[in-house]
Amino acid sequence: MFDALSERLRRTLGSLTGHGRISEADVDTAMREVRLALLEADVNFKVVKDFTARVRDRATGSEILASLNAGQQVVKIVNDELTALLSAGDRTLHLAGNPAVIALVGLQGSGKTTTAAKLARHIVKIGRRPLLVAADPYRPAAIDQLVTLGASLDLPVFAAPAGTSVPEIGRLGIAHARHEVRDTVILDTAGRLTLDEVLMAEVTELVRAVRPVETLLVVDAMSGQEAVAVAQAFAAAVPLTGLVLTKIDGDARGGAALSISAVTGLPVKFLGTGEKTDALEPFHPDRLAGRILGMGDVLTLIERAQDAFDATQAEKAAAKLQSGSFSLEDMLDQLQQVKKMGPLGQVMEMIPGLGGMARQAQDSVDRGDLRRTEAIIRSMTAGERRDPTILNGSRRRRIAAGSGTSIMEVNRLVKQFGEMQKLMKQLRGGRRLPGVFGR
Amino acid sequence: MFWRRRPSEPDRPDGDAAVPDAGPAAEVEEPSPAPDDVQPPAGPVTQRDEVQPSGQAAAPGAGAARDGDGLSAGVERSRGGFVARLKGLLGRGDPDAATWEAVEETLIGGDVGATLALEVVERARRRREAGGPVAAVRAELTALLVDRDPGWVPHRAGPESPAVILVVGVNGTGKTTTIGKLAARYRAEGQTVLLAAGDTFRAAAIEQLRTWGDRAGAQVVAHAPGADPSAVVYDAVDAAVARRVDVLIADTAGRLHTKSNLMDELAKMRRVIDRRLPGAQPEVLFVLDATTGQNGLAQAKAFHASTGLTGIILTKLDSTAKGGIVFAIEQALGVPVRFVGVGEKVGDLLPFDPEAFVGALFG
Repeated sequence: MFDALSERLRRTLGSLTGHGRISEADVDTAMREVRLALLEADVNFKVVKDFTARVRDRATGSEILASLNAGQQVVKIVNDELTALLSAGDRTLHLAGNPAVIALVGLQGSGKTTTAAKLARHIVKIGRRPLLVAADPYRPAAIDQLVTLGASLDLPVFAAPAGTSVPEIGRLGIAHARHEVRDTVILDTAGRLTLDEVLMAEVTELVRAVRPVETLLVVDAMSGQEAVAVAQAFAAAVPLTGLVLTKIDGDARGGAALSISAVTGLPVKFLGTGEKTDALEPFHPDRLAGRILGMGDVLTLIERAQDAFDATQAEKAAAKLQSGSFSLEDMLDQLQQVKKMGPLGQVMEMIPGLGGMARQAQDSVDRGDLRRTEAIIRSMTAGERRDPTILNGSRRRRIAAGSGTSIMEVNRLVKQFGEMQKLMKQLRGGRRLPGVFGR
Repeated sequence: MFWRRRPSEPDRPDGDAAVPDAGPAAEVEEPSPAPDDVQPPAGPVTQRDEVQPSGQAAAPGAGAARDGDGLSAGVERSRGGFVARLKGLLGRGDPDAATWEAVEETLIGGDVGATLALEVVERARRRREAGGPVAAVRAELTALLVDRDPGWVPHRAGPESPAVILVVGVNGTGKTTTIGKLAARYRAEGQTVLLAAGDTFRAAAIEQLRTWGDRAGAQVVAHAPGADPSAVVYDAVDAAVARRVDVLIADTAGRLHTKSNLMDELAKMRRVIDRRLPGAQPEVLFVLDATTGQNGLAQAKAFHASTGLTGIILTKLDSTAKGGIVFAIEQALGVPVRFVGVGEKVGDLLPFDPEAFVGALFG
């Protein structure tokens, strides 16, 4: 498994703290690690070459900041450069024209149709009236898919009669939008291979016919080395204005986006973060940079935590911890809150330095540890949850049977909880305790 | 058997005008491209444009030696000037460090992965293969692939029992299209095919499968959108037995391998088959998009853990991508690629040919 770059560099360069400058040899070592890390993240090897050359220049002989060791210094330079690259271009979604036309293009299976629906929903949210236009007459049921998605959003979908040429579908779609007073047209085009000259010429013609204000290339975050060539081929066929990076909710590092931005200068405008139509997020260069480096994505974690956590509940839990009255009931609440934030492994991955633990955590979830803990607590009476000291052998047997676990597991949980309470008591009286999670 | 029309190796026509094999002599005899091709070009597209003719000319020496079969034909188009550049480098007797670097870059550029590419090149260097660097690297790459029976057919518990194929993968890799092609292939062999519309989540996925079913002449078992996919599979297995079909192919919704609840759902579908048809030993085919990068390995591992993969189908190999992540996957899981998808037509699904695949990586 891929180690976080910062971890790797800490291993190779960590001992260098205290040297005044980073030596040439140190930089070489570091660049090897940086190169591997970027390649494992699917950054194109040519981009990696340029990139490491640039970082090497900056790192060689640069002063090590007092607060950082050599490894951290290199990570900082790499991170700065990555963020700069990813910040290329203008990330706002332009909606000039009446109707404003947005065209989505890309390879098969990159997520164009789903993205079209997500964009439509986004556009409704900002107070506009979108029309979805199905411009994929090739894939079986592609039009049905868009119609279904449109219906689920309560939005109109325009589909031309079978046999209509694709540029004509675009023209008719725009005319239909004017007629129905829709101010934004979202064109869902067919997936096409860049080698397919006929289809590439077709998309060129379509774009010429409808003059979109935004022509977005939809790119799968799991794409490999060819992503750059694909983007260049599309850029040659149509004037692209940006990228949508989809399926970023998996564990791909998304280096393809970096490659494309670096080579074409196109900005990433949106991220597709799930299968539902609301899973479209604005793009933050610094976060993707961190993700590519495996440095964790603390900001997204905090945002998710803020979304998932009920602030007052968290305050209460913190207060209870401090007063030592934190019960199994509260623990159950906390468990539920954590679950709301998504797969635990994914959550851990976002915390710098915990990348390695992510798998472990996910394993424990997969084994059902959390669910079992939950089941055990749920099998207790209110009285037992408040005061586990009353749990005698007979009660424990009942709880084990009720939760489908073993007495051993019940014992373990009670013991763990006891130790936790003890720890809390020791900490009490000292500095103010922060909440259990995030606050 | 139309799908046999592109035999993989031995029956290659001898009188083929192309260079018969990718042997070392053949490499040396290739016209070397102009020296400036050796310089890494600025960007892939320009590079492709510049060297296209020599790249094509060089092609028969390697991939297309396999009698211009469909895989090569599909992949051939995707070969860039890298090939020509590489051949130029490698054909010149003693390989120096720069040559090996070019080999390594070819592998990395083909999504083999940096770590594995370094390993392969290292081993190839130690090998001191008489045939030269390309032959050495090709041999090392081929060795990474698991042994497979070219005449593979899906397992059947008995003549009365249908072969069951469960098709899995992440979103957008081409599962439904592949199922359409598979169905057409078995229909062309005279087998009866039943399709199970197990993707009840994606809008219009059922419609898409029905269209393919109509094209291939296969019946479809479907529930309403949003239904429990395990229930669809349950009914489909019963229907397959009752109707005495030869092959049951179950579609599933695309899912990211990191979503544990969805992976559990898939495991349940597999369990339903096992329980409903004991001894069926379903074939679980993992559909992988050839444009996928290093994440492909994590995907394959996760799907293997939840459903026990028995084969891989590599799709979109007619794109410019090479699908090099397959080496790491086969090595890690010991699961062979069975078919490659090389186009959007029903017949564009071919048996995987290791030699041609490795050759296509180099061109």
